[in-house]
Amino acid sequence: MIRRATVALAGNPNSGKTTLFNELTGARQHVGNYPGVTVEKKEGTYLYKDFQLHIVDLPGTYSLTAYSLEEVVARDFLVNQKPEVVINIIDASNLERNLYLAVQFLELGIPICIALNMMDVAEKRGIKIDVEKLSTLLGVPVVPTIARTGKGKQELMDSATRVVREDQKLAPLIISYGDDVDQAMVDMEKEIGAHAFLNDTYPARWIALKYMENDEQILSKGREVNPELAARFEDIVKKVSNHLQDTLDTYPEAMIADQRYGYIKSILKQGIVYQKYDQNRLYSSDRIDKVVTNRFLGPLIMLAVIAGLYHFVFTYSEVPVGWLEGFFGWLGDGVNGILPDGLLKSLIVSGIIDGVGGVLGFVPLIMFMFLGIAILEDSGYLARVAFMLDRVFRTFGLHGSSVMAFIVSGGIAGGCAVPGVMATRTLKSPRERLATLLTVPFMNCGAKLPIFALLIAAFFAKHEAMIMFIITIGAWVGALLVAKLLRITVVKGDSTPFVMELPPYRMPTFKGLFIHTWERTWQYIKKAGTIILSLSIILWAMMTFPGLPQKSVQEFENQRQDILNAAPAAVARQLEVTGNSSQLSAEARALKDQIKRLDYRQAEAALRHSIAGRMGTALETISRWAGFDWRTNIALIGGFAAKEVVVSTLGTAYSLGEVDPEESGSLSDTLAKDPNWTPLMALGLIVFTMFYSPCFVAVICIARESGSWRWGAFAMIFNTVLAFVLAVIILQVGTALGILVK
Amino acid sequence: MRINMRKMLDNQEGTVTAIKVAGELGRRIRDMGLVPGTEIRIQGRAPLYDPVALRVKGATLTLRNNEADYIEVEVQ
Repeated sequence: MIRRATVALAGNPNSGKTTLFNELTGARQHVGNYPGVTVEKKEGTYLYKDFQLHIVDLPGTYSLTAYSLEEVVARDFLVNQKPEVVINIIDASNLERNLYLAVQFLELGIPICIALNMMDVAEKRGIKIDVEKLSTLLGVPVVPTIARTGKGKQELMDSATRVVREDQKLAPLIISYGDDVDQAMVDMEKEIGAHAFLNDTYPARWIALKYMENDEQILSKGREVNPELAARFEDIVKKVSNHLQDTLDTYPEAMIADQRYGYIKSILKQGIVYQKYDQNRLYSSDRIDKVVTNRFLGPLIMLAVIAGLYHFVFTYSEVPVGWLEGFFGWLGDGVNGILPDGLLKSLIVSGIIDGVGGVLGFVPLIMFMFLGIAILEDSGYLARVAFMLDRVFRTFGLHGSSVMAFIVSGGIAGGCAVPGVMATRTLKSPRERLATLLTVPFMNCGAKLPIFALLIAAFFAKHEAMIMFIITIGAWVGALLVAKLLRITVVKGDSTPFVMELPPYRMPTFKGLFIHTWERTWQYIKKAGTIILSLSIILWAMMTFPGLPQKSVQEFENQRQDILNAAPAAVARQLEVTGNSSQLSAEARALKDQIKRLDYRQAEAALRHSIAGRMGTALETISRWAGFDWRTNIALIGGFAAKEVVVSTLGTAYSLGEVDPEESGSLSDTLAKDPNWTPLMALGLIVFTMFYSPCFVAVICIARESGSWRWGAFAMIFNTVLAFVLAVIILQVGTALGILVK
Repeated sequence: MRINMRKMLDNQEGTVTAIKVAGELGRRIRDMGLVPGTEIRIQGRAPLYDPVALRVKGATLTLRNNEADYIEVEVQ
């Protein structure tokens, strides 16, 4: 008979937990979120003998306090889901520090089995561990493993399933935390038993311990269940705390931590660890760090690595992106040929195929970006980048790790905010992460560049390089200042402590990189794909409906007939017979152009008549302040679908047909000659484009990554208002000063 | 001599004597293995002299200077 059991993997970050998880579950894993939070939940199955094991990879934590989201999630899972066994992965080369978490599992009295991982690293460092003795002293099974090679996997599962089979109730470990704390805890335990206070989910001693540690989660739960008793407990803790501060100048929580480490030390002292070398001697990893984080070389190497990542992501993904574009182009053309002209064709080609193509077009980019970041993260380099840049980013309320997201989004002009927003996942501090993902869309993504190119060609052709430089610097300055603004207003709060580990450099495993990259890419396709498809249909509808009234369609048709009738019959006939313009006579070509111009005028009229066009016209009263007319407004509304659309929509609005963003020469000539346009307005539009609402793919990613639609809405509204204010200031101040006017 | 960790020089060794902060920061510092009695050595500082990297129980940790301010160290 097959037995089912849940196995939780828990351990410090960098202990090889995820590597072990990948080794066990391989492709049979599933990534989701814990209910209501953005912490990733990885699950998979593993068959071992007569067991079908449901394996859950808990977030990596150092402790079981309630400070970080990861810790709360891990703790709640252990307490509420009650997995049959917890495998605690411990880095053998870092035994003492890793045991701190193990001791807390023992205090909680849950069934654990220790995987003493990275035995090879420990051995190389001259560390020998008496595994059996450690197991005896801790009272739980300890199995040496090397997760990277899969060594010890069988033995580990053997031990874990034995724990499940034996199903022994483990008594919570009792450590003395000093007389004052101990006495108070005994008193509290009695009361907890008598009042059944939170006792159904947690062991009594553990509740008392968490009260002593001032644990926010337990404290608030206590107030809910029994406010009177909770108040009494808080009083007891306060008394002990005051007493400890007066006599020993310490806090209960500090006292408890000290005693835990003391307990670990007392175990290790009994001949568990034999260390051949001095514990703090330099390893090859430290020697690499001497160069890589060197005051002068460090920043240079970092620039090279970042430029390399950028090149890798955006250059090599060009080929598959090209294939996808080619495929969707081919598909669009095919449908174009099969279906008769009309709404259905327009919906399928412009709405669905372009929309889905737009989403899938990002896929290679996202895959390459995640692969690049996974390499940097798994190798340990990302932690060094955070270390080196923290001082700069902290000034703006961000974190050293924020830099990657900014770079990928277009910190070097030409990135993309979608993978940029997703790159914030490497940030572990919630407030810094939110501020980062709200500001990365200010960077100049690849889709904004054609707009800049168009306006620069039309108005600043002589200063192209300088303007591009100003645009790039402007985006950084803007993003960092806005981040600072957010951090002192809506994302207010102390900066998260930077206390972190610089893990030793490690060669990433192929399997790990592959799984990492694939699962995130797939998540993007699945989640973003469905929403984006429906949104692109809505945008298509906005720019299509309502169609021109029959009367004006008829008028255009009449004009078309008039043109044809006015031309000599032979020339008009030529047009009907040959489609290829190179075979036409000069007169026929002129006639064809004339009709094309009429078609473009009809497209312009239709666009203006549509919902989007009406919105653009209605907005004119406000947008006039920044100098934007209805044409610019529609183009910017279209830009919400994807910034690439701005140039082509502007083309339609100026009766030039759909302008290819790559070759916008005719449009820039038109703008340059248009008396309504001034270089100052163009500058305002450049700034507006830089800062206004992210495209909706990015907005959806922001909403997903921040865990709330409100932040998605915030990004749209706040950014647009900010951009508009800046554009208005530029136009009004510039006009008053009389600069950059024609 | 007891000094504040911020004042320690690169490669200087010492023993932690007190962590003078409660709450989240204090907790994080302790979770990483920095408790009274722990031996440390300053490994180096970031290019802008902040944060600081230190060696603790065979691992490398990083702290911002304003966080190191709360850690008191006994040095020779």
